[in-house]
Amino acid sequence: MQILVLTKPVPDPAAGAERLGPDLRLDRAASPTVVNGNDEYALEAALQLVEANGGEVIVLSMAPANAAETMRKALAMGAARGIHVTDPALEGADMPTTIAVLAAAAKQEPFDLLLAGIDTSDGTGGAVAAGVAARLGMPLLSAAASIEPDAGAGTVRVKRLSAKGYDVIEAPMPAVIACTQALGAPRYPSLKGIMAARSREIASRSLADVSAEVAPGDGWATKVLEADAPPARAAGRVVQQPAAEAAKTVVDFLADRRII
Amino acid sequence: MPPRILAVGEVAEGSLTKLSTEVATVARKLAEAAGGEAVGLVVDAAPDQAAAELATYVPKVVAVTNPALSNEVPAPHVAAEVARLLEEGVTHVILGVSQDGRDVAGTLVGLTGLGLLANADSVEWQDAAPVSRASVLAGKAITSSTFTGARGIVTLRPGVVTAEAAPSAGSVETRDPAAPAVPAPKVLDRVEEAGAQVSLEDARIVVVGGRGVGSPEGFRMVEELAEALGGVVGATRASVDAGWIPYARQIGQTGRVVKPALYLGLGVSGAMQHRVGMQASQAIVIVNRDPDAPIADVADLFVVGDLFEVAPALTAEIRARRGG
Repeated sequence: MQILVLTKPVPDPAAGAERLGPDLRLDRAASPTVVNGNDEYALEAALQLVEANGGEVIVLSMAPANAAETMRKALAMGAARGIHVTDPALEGADMPTTIAVLAAAAKQEPFDLLLAGIDTSDGTGGAVAAGVAARLGMPLLSAAASIEPDAGAGTVRVKRLSAKGYDVIEAPMPAVIACTQALGAPRYPSLKGIMAARSREIASRSLADVSAEVAPGDGWATKVLEADAPPARAAGRVVQQPAAEAAKTVVDFLADRRII
Repeated sequence: MPPRILAVGEVAEGSLTKLSTEVATVARKLAEAAGGEAVGLVVDAAPDQAAAELATYVPKVVAVTNPALSNEVPAPHVAAEVARLLEEGVTHVILGVSQDGRDVAGTLVGLTGLGLLANADSVEWQDAAPVSRASVLAGKAITSSTFTGARGIVTLRPGVVTAEAAPSAGSVETRDPAAPAVPAPKVLDRVEEAGAQVSLEDARIVVVGGRGVGSPEGFRMVEELAEALGGVVGATRASVDAGWIPYARQIGQTGRVVKPALYLGLGVSGAMQHRVGMQASQAIVIVNRDPDAPIADVADLFVVGDLFEVAPALTAEIRARRGG
């Protein structure tokens, strides 16, 4: 079973240092970079599927040139190799371009499943997996909480989280799956994995290499006009009282704010 | 050519969702400001009731009866109808930020190459184009963005606008379904899980249990307080990862984003991942032993104390005041 996993290098949310640059784009130098959290759940699910069914996991990123080091962490978790689409012309790429480029790169690697995190911590549009599926003419199984391929039948079954619980959905493979945290926590890379990752291939591909039908010269479909700091919250009140008194303080606050 | 703004409606158990009434309100107001026209779309196995509801918000609704939606994932079918309407002159598409809304938006971007402005907190018509304001980078900035071309797709977050019906109801036009461009997965079963009935995004009061709650039993105390307040229970990633409460209850970057009248946090430390999902709440009350917990930065009222003493006292006090 061949599984492609989209892994986006993003600013480390734990560092809390994300910021926009003067061009109103993400300032990539401002923060340490990690693999997007939801993509790690996708990668973990992919590794478990390959451990159970054979095959290999390939990670695919579209990212600046220096992102290869972040991709190597995905290799240390157990992915066999990486494909790194990087091209100065893709800097600040919009959603349709990102989708077209990732779909074109995916087309060059035969796969049974393409997995991606349900959204990214620095973008959160949550649209890339659906867009890539549409470009490839493949079914999208989103909000996945479990993934069960049936190689014999050529189908994959997914528990799709719903407002009330989950739906059990099924589609033919190859298919695209948008993965949630409910799939289970990602493993930590072992020392052996970290050593092995050093010699694994990360193939660098330019825009021309992946033959994506995009024309960055025409400009992006969306643009940021301005960015503001969020309104500051007034300093809160801190109380330390015996429980019964504290309870009264809270209820008075709620009554004062007309919440109860 | 005047803009035509499409509000994509979603159906739950035959009715239009609350989020769709908000989407329709935004579409109508944009069209009014732009001197254009607002259109609604409902695609369902039985769309009539939802289409009639949507017509109270926009002057014209396209209702598509598609029997496939009784046992297939809707996004490919809905995207096919939107693609057809785009060919017929729709310029802008507004969808709600729900799983189906995101899936339709992504499918459309892939099919059409149109730009996407995601997670809008507001959309206004300025200088011949919609301008979307959205919170980005873990709440560190609010951006105003627009399209560089004459068409595009916007997704609107739940609860950011108040739905307002139009002065008079619009008309409903029915159509036969278009063939989807991408295969729709089959729905084999729909499973309801306990405790997931009330949508977190729609709740006026959310009571959240964090790591400090300590156990599934601890969550009963959270539930009792939520019940006394008439609210719903939410969770942090730590309490979900510990298996004390289902993922559907998680608030934060990889969970739900909520903006209730009251967020009451018990044993919540306030990791950035969580704050992104709750910091826009109107009032924030925290009970935590550690006055230096990062959540203090956003708290309106911070009770320093043992949640196992304060929460039951609070439940009792609320019940007493309500005479129950």
